[in-house]
Amino acid sequence: MPEFTLRTLADQLVNGLVIGNIYALIAIGLALIFGVANLINFAHGSVYMIGAYVGWVCVTWLGWPLGPTFIVVAVACAALGVLIERLGLRRLQSEARIAPLLATIGISFALDQLVQLIFSPNPQSFPSPLPATRVMLGGVSIGALDALIAVITVTSAAMLFAFLRFTRLGWALRATAQDREAAQQMGVDVNAIQALTFAVAAVLGGIGGVMIGMYFTSVYPTMSYGAMLKGFAANLLGGLGSVPGAVIGGLLLGLIETFGVALLGSTYRNLFTFVILIGVLVLRPTGLFGARRAMPPEPLTGTFVANSRPVRVPRFVVIGGLVAAVLLPFISSNPYLLQIFTNAWLFAMLALSITLVTGTAGQMSLGQAGFLAIGGYASALLAMRLGWPLELSLLAGAAIAAALGTLLTWPVFRLRSQYVALATLGIGEVINQIILNWEGLTNGVLGLSNIPPLSLFGLPIIETSPIYWFALAMLVVAALFQWRLMQSHLGRTWRAMREDEVAARAFGVSLNRYKALAFIAGGFIAGLSGAFTAHMYSYINNETFAATTSILGLTMVILGGMGNMSGAVVGAIALTALPELFRPLADARYLIYGVVLLLLVRFRPQGLLGTV
Amino acid sequence: MNAPVAPPSTPMAQAMLPASAPFLLQLEGIQTFYGVLQVHFGLNLHVCRGEIVCLLGGNASGKSTTMKVILGLVKPRAGRVLFDGQPITDLPTPQIIRRGIASVPESRRIFPEMTVRENLLMGAYARADREEVRRDYEQMLERFPRLRQRLDQRAGVLSGGEQQMLAMARALMSRPKLICMDEPTMGLSPLFVDRVLDLIQHINQQGVTVFMVEQNANLALQIAHRGYVLQNGHIVLEGAARDLLGSSEVRDAYLGGDAR
Amino acid sequence: MALLEVRGLRREFGGVVAVDGVDLTVEAGETVSVIGPNGAGKTTLFNLITGLDKPDAGQVLLDGRPITGWPPEKLAALGIARTFQHGRVFGNLSVLDNVLIGAHTRQAAHRLRAPVLGMIAELALALVQPPAWREEHRRLREEARDVLALFGDRLLPRADQPAYSLSYANRRRTEIARALALRPRLLLLDEPTAGMNPTETAEMLEFIRSLKGRGLTLLLIEHKLSLVMQLSDRVIVMDDGRKIAEGVPQSVRNDPKVIEAYLGHKRPGSDARDVQPAGEDDRRAVLAQTRPSSVS
Repeated sequence: MPEFTLRTLADQLVNGLVIGNIYALIAIGLALIFGVANLINFAHGSVYMIGAYVGWVCVTWLGWPLGPTFIVVAVACAALGVLIERLGLRRLQSEARIAPLLATIGISFALDQLVQLIFSPNPQSFPSPLPATRVMLGGVSIGALDALIAVITVTSAAMLFAFLRFTRLGWALRATAQDREAAQQMGVDVNAIQALTFAVAAVLGGIGGVMIGMYFTSVYPTMSYGAMLKGFAANLLGGLGSVPGAVIGGLLLGLIETFGVALLGSTYRNLFTFVILIGVLVLRPTGLFGARRAMPPEPLTGTFVANSRPVRVPRFVVIGGLVAAVLLPFISSNPYLLQIFTNAWLFAMLALSITLVTGTAGQMSLGQAGFLAIGGYASALLAMRLGWPLELSLLAGAAIAAALGTLLTWPVFRLRSQYVALATLGIGEVINQIILNWEGLTNGVLGLSNIPPLSLFGLPIIETSPIYWFALAMLVVAALFQWRLMQSHLGRTWRAMREDEVAARAFGVSLNRYKALAFIAGGFIAGLSGAFTAHMYSYINNETFAATTSILGLTMVILGGMGNMSGAVVGAIALTALPELFRPLADARYLIYGVVLLLLVRFRPQGLLGTV
Repeated sequence: MNAPVAPPSTPMAQAMLPASAPFLLQLEGIQTFYGVLQVHFGLNLHVCRGEIVCLLGGNASGKSTTMKVILGLVKPRAGRVLFDGQPITDLPTPQIIRRGIASVPESRRIFPEMTVRENLLMGAYARADREEVRRDYEQMLERFPRLRQRLDQRAGVLSGGEQQMLAMARALMSRPKLICMDEPTMGLSPLFVDRVLDLIQHINQQGVTVFMVEQNANLALQIAHRGYVLQNGHIVLEGAARDLLGSSEVRDAYLGGDAR
Repeated sequence: MALLEVRGLRREFGGVVAVDGVDLTVEAGETVSVIGPNGAGKTTLFNLITGLDKPDAGQVLLDGRPITGWPPEKLAALGIARTFQHGRVFGNLSVLDNVLIGAHTRQAAHRLRAPVLGMIAELALALVQPPAWREEHRRLREEARDVLALFGDRLLPRADQPAYSLSYANRRRTEIARALALRPRLLLLDEPTAGMNPTETAEMLEFIRSLKGRGLTLLLIEHKLSLVMQLSDRVIVMDDGRKIAEGVPQSVRNDPKVIEAYLGHKRPGSDARDVQPAGEDDRRAVLAQTRPSSVS
């Protein structure tokens, strides 16, 4: 543990404030958008990342000085912000309330992948064009960049304040945030104001991106994800939608992180973010400074899913498909094809799990990969450390995933719609961070290797075809399990809860119990899939089940139709197998996922086969 | 707060256009739906220049929705709205406001986190004539001295009656030809009710046409020229206010509810 | 002892008192109506009784037992059922499934209350589906069909349609069917005829009358006063969150305070412009005309 002198303490304080300033910039943007559009903008991190890249291009390729660079970044990001508002929100305002959130997830997928395709996924070095001299100020060492960041963030915040406080458009923006309909009745074009808000937020985010790029001397496509979560955490800390709260939340988060890292080490950096995220959501969802709004007399739950009549898949088609799947290894012995479909079956299990939790029970889960991870690690460790037979460790892994995952998700049960999405995302990350930091158990970043291979009754299963059949069999068992539940009173109760929590409660449905049951059943299926994956690969680490996996699974579910089991399988095949079969598409797969998600939300919100 | 006193001739009076169209506001055959629920069944009504017209009705009669149709917040499935002889049915709300309609929404809807000053100036959002806006602003403060004392306070801390005054002052800041009020006396103490009614009459005397939606028939009919009674989405009665006040049909419409 | 007793119930929303010290009792088998103008606090009162909202002060007693602030799911299990003002059916569920949700608290699975074990047992029950569970399932479905049949051929032919595809009136009927499936001891109906045309209203009047005939205890919010007059044993009038009158329909109808609540308070210090307000006697005469006439 590093020794703390007064000087290091002061240096940490400066570091924390500098980082906190940038978090504040990101959080302000999120707060503005949440205030005006009541939307948690998942594409905000991508804007920040693109801002960083635009700045990097200007400085390192074009050799521009910082002044013009910031102007170009601001203009580019403003345009991007307006585009996101158009694609992700404007046309979706009459749809279910979760639709714009899903659209922004789609946009962020597409943007992140685009940048990867253009600039490669590797980090690019971003040397700061400023002199490296540091000034000692009262025993604290301050670099030119530190000073620049402080000046720019404070100036931006001051300009924003002046804009909101003293200009006609700023008033219109605040009025729209406070009472959209009343603002319209004053003659405010609220759509234009909404676009303006996205532009302003994007400019702040983009500038934050450039500065963080210079601060850490690199830019990389996946920086978007972390920044987005930091922004959310800072924003929640200060109260969603509150601009002053976002500033204070950002600074606090920066300080907590910096001191935490100094105390515990850098791998803990993100853990603080997520613990704060979840802690605030659960303990004080209005944040430290959030305004409490009076509850309406008859609380409304927005319709979570689109009304639709599901396509009835005839039984012979299901059986025919199953027979074809069983016979596939005889038709084609191409191991690559079989691997792809094995993967598709494992994804189909994840999709079944998400369609149960999110589609049937209405709990927007962005953290389902956490269940995969728990199942994978539990089964692998039981087999490795305790020498359990595979059949037992698979089942135990799934059961542990169901129990532990549900326990961790428990605090989320009191939240609704967008907040559930945010909290489950955070919980998925917390699971990931625990895996990363609990080295004694999980081996940290190195991961677990030499996991015992799949086997059945002592016979190892290592050939491609048997593995394929094994995975298919697991999927069939999982599907039958879920089908059985759907046909019982549980299916009905879950769907009622999804449609209208208030009415369901009024008829005796205790929400916590049925949410927990959904997570237990869904967690078991996902855990099984994760456990299988661990033994199949014989190696896993904390990145095997990344957060994007959760969102990919959700996209499959939306593609197939919420709560629709056939739809989940079809969605899994479509999104796992198709990009692989058309090889050139594979590199752009997340771009495709993003666009698919965006198009679905806009044009076919009930999915291909319809909501059940 | 004192009863509003203002010079008899004001810019508002001048803002009135010569009577080019017979009616300032006209609703023709309006049919409105919320999903599967039909709210209006072919609504017809009109407001002449210089009038105070009230639309009365009990609960769930479709009064407030009528207001929303006029303001373009709810689009009817059939029928049209004419303002100054021009159809405004398909215009978005901000453009309707720019044509000269101001709104005092139900339960005031002032901007609670903005100051009284900002709220007032938001009322003139659609106007470009800054100098005139300034003049009107000063005049509004003279008319509402209570607001002047509270210019820099958050509007959310005002009392209900003060908020109503603010909402009306805010609406006047746009120099409207027509001012639409949704239940302007709801939830106010008797003292403020009286002031609000005086104010409405005063505004009207200065040349602003008033269309108000009220549940409180006895009050509204005392200051209105004409009234309509809405029941389950149908106009069941219309006539001069003096004829409606105390008429048995109005009571039937309120208390019966089974006529249609 | 009264089936339901409410004492001094109060609820504030950000400084606005929605329900202000309301007392009321409902005896078993009685039909009590709550009337009053918009914003009088009727629906808030319902929310407080059914647990969807918690009172700031006051008590709610069922059979003399305090249930103040209990969560709605627990109150449903005690036999309190309700419908909602704007109709809250489960849109993507079939009409039959909507009704079956009404019977939720009557399932054996609902009696597995032990914290974690009960949940696991319910999961096992749903997976195994033993004969007793199947029998219960069959019986409840049959019963749900019987409830639908109470509405003639309005709902039964549509039992397998998703509820979102129903007409507005049929959604309201589905809601009532769902509430009946709970076998309520106390049924709260929030504007059961809102948005219905005269024929549908007349039908609903007869339907509620038949419920009354079966001895069901009803608490009713309704705006169509003639309907209230025909159905109610007692009427409670609310205005501005307070109970301003109570009594048999006849006496309430003749209460000037009620007229005032609906038609508006007279102007304080009314300067009676050029219009002469109606005298007290005229008012009585007018009200006498609004005697319940046949709805049809």
